[in-house]
Amino acid sequence: MLELIVQNPLIASLIALGGLALVFGGILGFAAVRFRIEGDPVVEQIDELLPQTQCGQCGYPGCRPYAQAIANGDAINKCPPGGQSTINALADLLDVEAPTLDEEHGEESAVKTVAYIREDECIGCTKCIQACPVDAILGAAKQMHTVIAEECTGCDLCVEPCPVDCIDMIPVESTLQEWKWQMPPPSEKQAVELIATDRDNPPGGEQAA
Amino acid sequence: MTSLIKVWEIPGGVHPPENKSQSLQEPLAKLPIAPQLILPLNQHIGNPAKPVVAIGDHVRGGQRIAEADGIFSAHVHAPTSGTISAIDDHLIPHPSGLSAPCITIDTDGKDDWVTLTATDDYHKLERTTLLAKIRDAGVAGLGGAGFPTSVKLNPRANHIIDTLILNGTECEPYITADDMLMQTRADEVVAGTQLLAYLLNNPGRVVIGVEDNKPRAVEALQRAAADTEIQVVSFPTKYPSGGEKQLIQILTGREVPSGQIPASIGVVCQNVGTAVASWRAVRYGEPLVSRVTTVVGEALTRQRNIDVLLGTPIDFILKEHGFDAKKASRLVMGGPMMGFTLPDPQVPLIKTTNCILAPSKKELPPPLPAQACIRCGLCAEACPASLLPQQLYWYAQAEDYEKLEAHSLFDCIECGACSFVCPSHIPLVQYYRAAKGSIRLHEKEREKSDRSRRRFEFRQERIAKVEAEKEAKRLARKQAAEAAKKKLANEKQAGVEAGPVPAPVSDAQTKAGAKQKTPAEQQARLERLLASAQESLKKAQQPLEANEPGQSVTDEQREKQQARIKQAELKVHDAEQKLSDFRAEQGKSAETPAPADSDPVAAAIAKAKAKMDMDPAEKLRANLDSLQQRLAKAEEKAEAARAAGDEKADALAQGVQKLQQKIKDTQTELAELSPSTVAEPSPSGRHEADVAGLAIEKAKAKAAAMATMSADDKLRNQIDSVKARLEKARERLAKAEAEADDNVEAFRTGVEKLSSKLETLEQQANASAD
Repeated sequence: MLELIVQNPLIASLIALGGLALVFGGILGFAAVRFRIEGDPVVEQIDELLPQTQCGQCGYPGCRPYAQAIANGDAINKCPPGGQSTINALADLLDVEAPTLDEEHGEESAVKTVAYIREDECIGCTKCIQACPVDAILGAAKQMHTVIAEECTGCDLCVEPCPVDCIDMIPVESTLQEWKWQMPPPSEKQAVELIATDRDNPPGGEQAA
Repeated sequence: MTSLIKVWEIPGGVHPPENKSQSLQEPLAKLPIAPQLILPLNQHIGNPAKPVVAIGDHVRGGQRIAEADGIFSAHVHAPTSGTISAIDDHLIPHPSGLSAPCITIDTDGKDDWVTLTATDDYHKLERTTLLAKIRDAGVAGLGGAGFPTSVKLNPRANHIIDTLILNGTECEPYITADDMLMQTRADEVVAGTQLLAYLLNNPGRVVIGVEDNKPRAVEALQRAAADTEIQVVSFPTKYPSGGEKQLIQILTGREVPSGQIPASIGVVCQNVGTAVASWRAVRYGEPLVSRVTTVVGEALTRQRNIDVLLGTPIDFILKEHGFDAKKASRLVMGGPMMGFTLPDPQVPLIKTTNCILAPSKKELPPPLPAQACIRCGLCAEACPASLLPQQLYWYAQAEDYEKLEAHSLFDCIECGACSFVCPSHIPLVQYYRAAKGSIRLHEKEREKSDRSRRRFEFRQERIAKVEAEKEAKRLARKQAAEAAKKKLANEKQAGVEAGPVPAPVSDAQTKAGAKQKTPAEQQARLERLLASAQESLKKAQQPLEANEPGQSVTDEQREKQQARIKQAELKVHDAEQKLSDFRAEQGKSAETPAPADSDPVAAAIAKAKAKMDMDPAEKLRANLDSLQQRLAKAEEKAEAARAAGDEKADALAQGVQKLQQKIKDTQTELAELSPSTVAEPSPSGRHEADVAGLAIEKAKAKAAAMATMSADDKLRNQIDSVKARLEKARERLAKAEAEADDNVEAFRTGVEKLSSKLETLEQQANASAD
């Protein structure tokens, strides 16, 4: 046996390497089947970052389909409700350059809104209920409907189907519980006030001029 | 007892100018009652209290006007007697400058109080009773955070408390409220401390910690605590040694772990003011309606400590102290380090207000503009929590929340030492507060988006399920229809080809036959169908022709019309086809069944038909007759069998019995049926079908009659029927009235409705008759 190996070192090493490859291949193959992860973990991660308004402004029917599309290579700047912060987070996750929001799909709004049904005008057609992606509208046929403000994502998908235009998107009032301290203005802006002659010409104004 | 305790060092800290002497020149004063008191419902950490009074109510001092909502909440009491003039949103002392629900009392100056229940010896009472008393008095931490005291005094079972610390540090510049309290009410502070120690099962160490810049307070306390187990400890002045975690570290050397409460390391820390409030709540039953507050600043002519009712508007207090608005740079609630600028002097004083600072512009100039961070590291040296302020500042600017949390942003106590030492005047604390707020908001939004996702997914699932169910139903219906069709076709074939059908099968056939009318009728029906189809075809063609000369017909209209015509043509064709088919069949069947009149199937069909036409009572009677005949036959047979010693005799006897039973059933049925109207369905399943058929027949006949009737006749008929119904309804109403039924009202409205209907119908009839 030993002699055979010594006499044919090339063949012996080929067999040895081939054998090793087979063994490890088998192990890896087994692991791939045994420890397989259900679903695409990247889609899950992307879905986590999306704002879940389910508004469809990206052109997909909900946040998850868009997450799927991003995983398949679609642009990450199609989500106006998420805004730039969501784009940045997605870029961070996918390790790509963060683009600016695609205006084609809508603009990022600073104020959050919720749907509000003017209840005395509601005719109880249930059209908005069918449109709501998160079941945040309560009501029955020929009964007055109302929005559960807590659950409303502000996607305004219910506004369009209303035949009597009794749904408004109203800005969410800031309450004491949600209030937070504001960031101080950037230091450059404050520093301008140090020198009296700079006060009339803030740096932003200079650039514009 | 002098200090036997080792005083530990805390990291960092600063020494801002103390400015404590101004307000200590005058003795503690009591402020007169303001004409209006505004009491916010949320003067503590936790849920806002719920009002239990209404506008216009007269309240007396000490009366509860708002109730705690949940455990993390505190009651609110009326500080004096007066009338509730408003319960609405009012500006509150909060950095946001937002409004929140408040109760406003117009005071009457009488200061008329409710009777309070005093307790002479609290040792006789249970711990829970004492805690309830403190809770009932609405005591919340007076140091600044406003944590409900009864909650803090009731630590979790797994937290064994070995140290009680009373915080008399008051490290923030300008503030002397606790100092004044300890000087003037040292006895009450000590009594309160003993009460708190008793509530915590007398922990091994009870310490009152005071900074060494308050020698008079230390002296007074030591005198008062001479014969007690309480140790009064004085330690070097340094800001912020009054922070709860810092004080614990100074007095015990233990650090409160990040994200945990002091109770987790066996320490409870209370403010001296809270101890006094708790003591008064237990001893005198007095609710928390006033507090000691420092009013200080160069914009005032008088600077001192006052004992003031909660809810007193700040501008009332300022007026009493000669406030000069021109001199003041701003108005601060709390101290210069941690306090916040008041949005408006209209706001009231609340449980956590320990100082009102009205500094002049020279005293507390507006903050200098921030410059770039030069990485000097002074802030890191000053931080009492050993954080890295400049890194936090960096990440806060970049909004890198993960890094902020990694750098323990939430361990920052917002003391302001870093901002104080910063040579670039960067408002560091504001960055941290904003970042904390953003992180909390972020967290909240994440929770909400998770909820939305779940709701969305659930909805998708539900819709899919409903769709699947619908699809399944549709499929089932389709299959059932196909099966029925097939069955019908099979039967028809069998009926046509097989000729004589065995007797049991004929039942189904008779039923089918019942549905079918006589051939002549069928033919008539098909002819009618054809006629109507032709009629509609004509109609469809007509408007198009009429429109053609007008030239105003659009292509679309024309197309539609053509489609309609085509449809009508198709219908006509269909009808013709059917008619011809039927005729052909008629011819075929005429050949076969003609001689078969005598055969048993036709007889059975005829019999079944005869049965159909009978009314149920008659049917039953006929049934009974046939059954009796069968019984007689069976009895005969049985008798013969028995005589012959046949083995079938038993079986035959059983048959006889069964028949007898059947006859009995039928008789009872008949008895039941005969008094009631004919239309009532008989309980027997077999008859039900017949009755249903009868009803259908009747309805059809009626419809046919209606169709042939003229409008007038119809109207007359309707009137008659309504009249009959009215008569019946009246009878029922009379009966109900006689029996004093609950439904009399319903019957009455029914009668009224019917009579009004009758009236309108009669009017119509009259109109058409004219």
